[in-house]
Parts: sequence; structure tokens; C-alpha cells
Amino acid sequence: MRRVAALVFLLALHIVPALAVTPDEMLKDPALEARARALSKQLRCMVCQNETIDDSDAPLAHDIRVLVRDRLTRGDSDKQVIDFLVSRYGEFILLRPRFEWRTAVLWGVAPGVLVIGAVTLFVIWRRRPAAAEAAGLDEAERRKLADYLGSGDS
Amino acid sequence: MIPELGHYALVLALALALVQSVAPIVGVRTRDDALMRLGSSTALVQFGFVAFAFAALVTSYLTSDFSVANVYENSHSLMPTIYKFTSTWGNHEGSMLLWVLILSLFGALVAAFGINLPATLKANVLAVQAWIASAFYLFILFTSNPFLRLANPPFEGRALNPVLQDPGLAIHPPFLYLGYVGFSIAFSFAAAALIEGRIDAAWARFVRPWILVAWMALTLGIAMGSYWAYYELGWGGWWFWDPVENASLMPWLAGTALLHSAVVMEKRNALKIWTILLAVLTFSLSLIGTFLVRSGVLTSVHAFANDPTRGIFILVILVVFIGGALGLFAWRAPLLKQGGLFAPISREGALVLNNLFLTTACLTVLVGTLYPIALEALTGEKISVGAPFFNLTFGPVFIPLLLAMPFGPLLAWKRGDIYGVAQRLMAAGALAILAVAIVLVAQYGRATLAPFGIGLAVFVMGGAVSDMVERTGVFRLPGATARARARGLPRSVWGTAAAHFGIGLTLLGIVCVTHWSDEKIVELKPGESTIVRHYHLTFEGIVPRQGPNYRDQIAKFTVRSGGAVVGEMMPSKRTFVARDMTTTESALMTRGVSQLYISIGDARSDGSIAVRIYYKPLVLLIWLGAVVMAFGGGLSLSDRRLRVGAPKPAARAAMQPAE
Repeated sequence: MRRVAALVFLLALHIVPALAVTPDEMLKDPALEARARALSKQLRCMVCQNETIDDSDAPLAHDIRVLVRDRLTRGDSDKQVIDFLVSRYGEFILLRPRFEWRTAVLWGVAPGVLVIGAVTLFVIWRRRPAAAEAAGLDEAERRKLADYLGSGDS
Repeated sequence: MIPELGHYALVLALALALVQSVAPIVGVRTRDDALMRLGSSTALVQFGFVAFAFAALVTSYLTSDFSVANVYENSHSLMPTIYKFTSTWGNHEGSMLLWVLILSLFGALVAAFGINLPATLKANVLAVQAWIASAFYLFILFTSNPFLRLANPPFEGRALNPVLQDPGLAIHPPFLYLGYVGFSIAFSFAAAALIEGRIDAAWARFVRPWILVAWMALTLGIAMGSYWAYYELGWGGWWFWDPVENASLMPWLAGTALLHSAVVMEKRNALKIWTILLAVLTFSLSLIGTFLVRSGVLTSVHAFANDPTRGIFILVILVVFIGGALGLFAWRAPLLKQGGLFAPISREGALVLNNLFLTTACLTVLVGTLYPIALEALTGEKISVGAPFFNLTFGPVFIPLLLAMPFGPLLAWKRGDIYGVAQRLMAAGALAILAVAIVLVAQYGRATLAPFGIGLAVFVMGGAVSDMVERTGVFRLPGATARARARGLPRSVWGTAAAHFGIGLTLLGIVCVTHWSDEKIVELKPGESTIVRHYHLTFEGIVPRQGPNYRDQIAKFTVRSGGAVVGEMMPSKRTFVARDMTTTESALMTRGVSQLYISIGDARSDGSIAVRIYYKPLVLLIWLGAVVMAFGGGLSLSDRRLRVGAPKPAARAAMQPAE
């Protein structure tokens, strides 16, 4: 049903579905167009739920796609295009948030948990061999066991 | 009359659940066998009542009884019968009814097949199960009653959302819910163990079949949802890292970890506290998923429940159950004794590593999903966390997990020999390096990561095969001996190898689709052609077609390969009369396990259309791999060990439920 919920929402935005990237938007220069497509996949269609402007057919997504291509043909670097869009639309447009103090937890969680987990496991295992030896039989017990088993070669 | 009976049956189910919440626990305290056994009877009858309520709603849908508000909102007399049927759960109220139907089904299965569970454990499990059920019955009856009537019944319904009018709706939600709700059994077993303050390897054996069933269903449910999104949404993606998808991925990751840690507990009596915690967390994640989707806290669910009372109700359920279970855990877990010791390099060690990576992956998804919501709630700042973020963080956690995976099953329990295992994986490793080399040469200067992705997939699959070659001795021993050994191996060993092989298949599909998909966006007039990969596609023109409750504008394409016609593809624009909505129906042509995919835009006045054509190499492997994984789970489930009880501690459980 989760997927269904997504579908329902997507549909609500696609009352008149069309294609996302249309042929007339595309740039003649394949290298430049490839860069535009790559950039588009990092940018959020801000009136949509979790859709890139590359996937969305909302009018806003179209406008931003055209804007990206316009900046690229004027010779902007990828970073300049991103900076321009963020200054205009805010951080919300980036599907991959930049690393800042307020996204530190977001970015830190995977490496953090791995490191903490690994250290915890290491500590546990460092303690364990001692425990294992303590739990083992001492010489007296071993002799006793051999007695019970009725042989001296245990 | 029928909806009222359904409503009444649901109220009776609630009453039974309330009895079941208390009686068995009192029975355990007072050592009253009759009270303890009462739980089984109520669980069975409860399921009967919920099934009746569900059947009542289905009947209202099939007969298009538009006096029922829920049917009016979501059905239409012209819809094909199959969609009238699936509409039952294609909406909030109905889907919650399906949720409790499956919940009560699992309760009844425990009652029916758990005949050899220790009486106190069974009583406690059923009581906890009834707590969950009571909460959700109350939720449905107070906030989401599907049986409400309309004072002035309309003549026609508003129809099911067109996107949902798809066979996917018949399969995806039931499987997903079987998975989600199935983990409630693991939760109940964990809570029961904590209440008893006693847990042993037999517990793990009792609970394992239930975990397996839930995990298989969830695997298939997610795969089905992914395939549905792939063909329905029209841009050829198969995973979008949408919060609703993440909501199903999180219990899957935690459930996979649980499946593995339960093995350690069963075989070696170790990791007990951790396994209990994972069982609690897995179902908690299912509840969080339910909350995220049902409450409207995600902006993506406008279309669903937006009513804050529902959100708050589920939030209360969430807090009570997760908080309660974790509180119980903190209080009682110290009572549980730790068991078996093991060296870091051992089967147990490998499974611990698996758990570390899976838990990290799960947390990454959880934080990524909740972070924007939390940040906005706390500071009002809006950020987006989407696919580029998850690809960057999830991948690095999963790659080491997959690299380590082939080693796990080959390592011995307690103390393993990593060099010996590495030697036995030589063939798989060599094959993987060969694959990397071939792809590197063939793709020189282009895809940089792809060769390593292919290599990893080959290593994972090769590792699974090596494991079985090693165990059966198929290349070392005479044929008859190898065959006898293959037969003698436990099914769960085959299951592990199959599931691990499935992961490799999925990975292979993902790598190929990500790196070698072809895409073409062109405008075509009738009669014009375009070439994608080695396929030559001719647009023949647009033809109309009338469906049962929609009109199609079909764009006909003839596909040729090497001059010969290999088939026709007919993507369309589908307009649904009842809602006056148009959807894009993409066309797929399967060639082996690869697919050609066409999705069309609007037709222009001169008869030309904008077309998106994809060639998706090996794309079907993504979902086929998931099916193989679920098949592996099935093999494990059919293992004799899970049917015949453990010799000593579980002597009382001579016949254990297979499912």
C-alpha cells in the first residue's frame, strides 16, 4: 500500500501526463545535454513529492530544466548552475543535501553507527577470550572429569 | 444489512481480542490451564469474525452498493470485477481492514499450528498479539470505519483511482501486509519471552518459521511494488527512494538481520538479547511505516489519510507499543542469560557482521526518511533527501556486506578458518576478477564503477555455487556419492545458497540497468522510425480503442531486429471516463531478461508524438533475484528441522509448525 500511496500522489500531479523531458527542450550538443541530464537528476521538482525535475512533467520542472540548459549554454560550470538554483529556490531543491552543521547527523549516521558498532564489537571480543578461558576447565576439574569418564586420556 | 453485519462482526472481534488480551496472561499467573487455552479459541474465532467483516466489505464492493460511503468513494459499476474486488483495499479504510485481517490470520495460525508450543509461551504470545489487534480494531472502529452508510445513496460511484486499476493492486498490498504484519508474531514472541524472563534456543526455533514467512512475503511484496512502479510510472525507474518505499525497505532490512541472528541463537544459543531486540525493532519499523503512510506526516500522502485524528491515534499506538516493548526489554533483558561463546572469525562472527551492516543500512534509511520531517518541525527549514543521497550512503554500507556474504556460510561455527574459506572461494574470486577484467576492457574509458559491480555480482553468485559444490563434493566425488550428499543436505542449506544467489542476480540486474540502459527521446510522425540499440522501431500511427471503463489512444510501433519483425508494441494514453483522468500506459517487450520500454507523450495536431524509448538490459533480473530469494526462504521453511522439534530443550515440541 505504500507504493500505492506514492502512485496516488504522483497521479494527482499528473492530471495531464506528458513526457518529462521533451525533444524540443533538449540541447543540440550531446555533451552539454548529458551534463544537463546529470544535473537534472540531482534537482527536486519542488511542487512534486520526491521527484527529480528529470522525471517530472510538472510545468515548474519544465521551467527549471530549461533554466539549467540556458545556464549551461552560457558557459556556467555545474557548480555555478547549482549555486544559482540554490540562491533562487533554496536548499530544498537539492535532493542530496550539502554537508553542513544542520545536516551533520544525516550524513554522519551511517559512518557513525558503523564505527560505534565496530568498536563495541571489538571491545566485546577483547573481553570474551578471558571469559572463555575462565569458563574452561582447570587442571583439577579436568582430572575429575577424567575420573568420571573412567579413563585417563581425556 | 450486510455492511452492518460486517461492522458488528468487527466489534465482536474487538470484544474477543480484549478477552484474549487478559485471560491467557491471568491464566499463566494463576497456572490455570483453561484460561491459558482460552487464548487459542478466541484467536480462532476472532479471525472468523474479521474474515466475515472483510467478506462483508468485499460483497459491498462486488455488488456496487453505493450506499456504503467507502464503496461510493472508490468503486464504479463499470469497473471490471477484478478491480471492484481489489478496490476493497485500494483505500485507507479497506487497507486497514486487510491489515487486521492478516493480523488475526497470524494469530489464528499460531493458535492452530502452535499445538506444541510450551503452554505458557503460547498463552503469552497470543495475549500480546491480542493487544496489537485490539489497538488496531479500535483505530478502525473510531477513525476509519469502512462500513459507514450514506444517507442519500448516489447512483454511481466515483471509481477507483485509475493508477490503481492494475493487477499489481491484487498482489502488492496483500504480500506487503503479510510481511509487515507477519513480523508482529516475532514481536509477540519476543514480548512473551521477556514477560517470562526466560529464553532458549528452542524459542528461536519456534519463532523462525514465522520470521521466514513474513520475510518471504515482504520480499515478494516489495519486488512486486517495484515492478509495478517501473511499468506504471512511465519513466523506467524501479526504485525511487520515496518515503513510502523506504517504509517497506526498513522492516525488510531489520527482518533480514533478524532472520540471520535467529540462526545464531538457534544453533549456538548466543546473541539472545540482540535477537529479542531485533524482533521488537523489526515490528516497530512496520508500525513506523504504517504511521508514516497513514498519518499524512509525509507530504506524499495527501491522497491518503490527511485527518490528524488518525495520525495521532496511530502515533499513540506506536508510542505505546514501541515504548512499552523497549521498556519491557530494558527491565527484563538483564534476566536473560548469555549463551555460546565464539571467536571473531566464525560463522557467528560473520552473522554479527551481517547484522552490523544491515542495521546500519536500516538506520541510514530511517534517518534519511525522517530527517527532513524532523528538521522542518524543529527549525522550519526545508531540505530534500532523495535518491542521490541514498545512493551515496546506502551503497557503501551494502558493498562490504555483499563482499563478506560468500564467506559466511562457508565458515565453521565457533572458530572458523578464514584462509581455508578463502581457498574454497578461489574459483568464485577468479571468476569475479575475470568478469571485472572483461568488462573493463570492453568498456574501456566509459563506465568506471560498472566492472566492479559486475565482479561483485559474479562473486556473490559464484560464492553461493561454491558453497553447494563444496558441500555436495560434486566435482571431487563420484556422481552417486555427490547426489546422495546433495539429498542428505538440510533444505535450509540449499535455501541459504538460493537466497544468496538471488541477491547476486538482483545486483547483476541493477548494475546492468544502471550503466547500460539506452534511452531515446524523440518526436515521431506516423511512418517514421528510430533506432534503439539493435532494435528498429517504426511508429505506425494512433488508433483508438474502447475499454470497459476507459478510452485508449494507442500508438502502434513495429519492432524489427536485423530486418525481421520481432513484434508490436502498443503504448497508450488511457482516459478514464468516471474521473476524467488520463494515465500513460507504457508498453514493454521482453527479450530474454532484457526489456524494450516505450512511453508516449501527448499527440500533436500533425499526428506526431513525443516518445521515450528505453532499452533495459537484464532488467528482469532485479525482480527475478527477489523471487529466487523468496524461493530460498521457502526451501528453508520446508526444512525438516523446523517441522520436527529440537531433541532436548524442545522435547515438548515434537511437531513444530512449518508455517
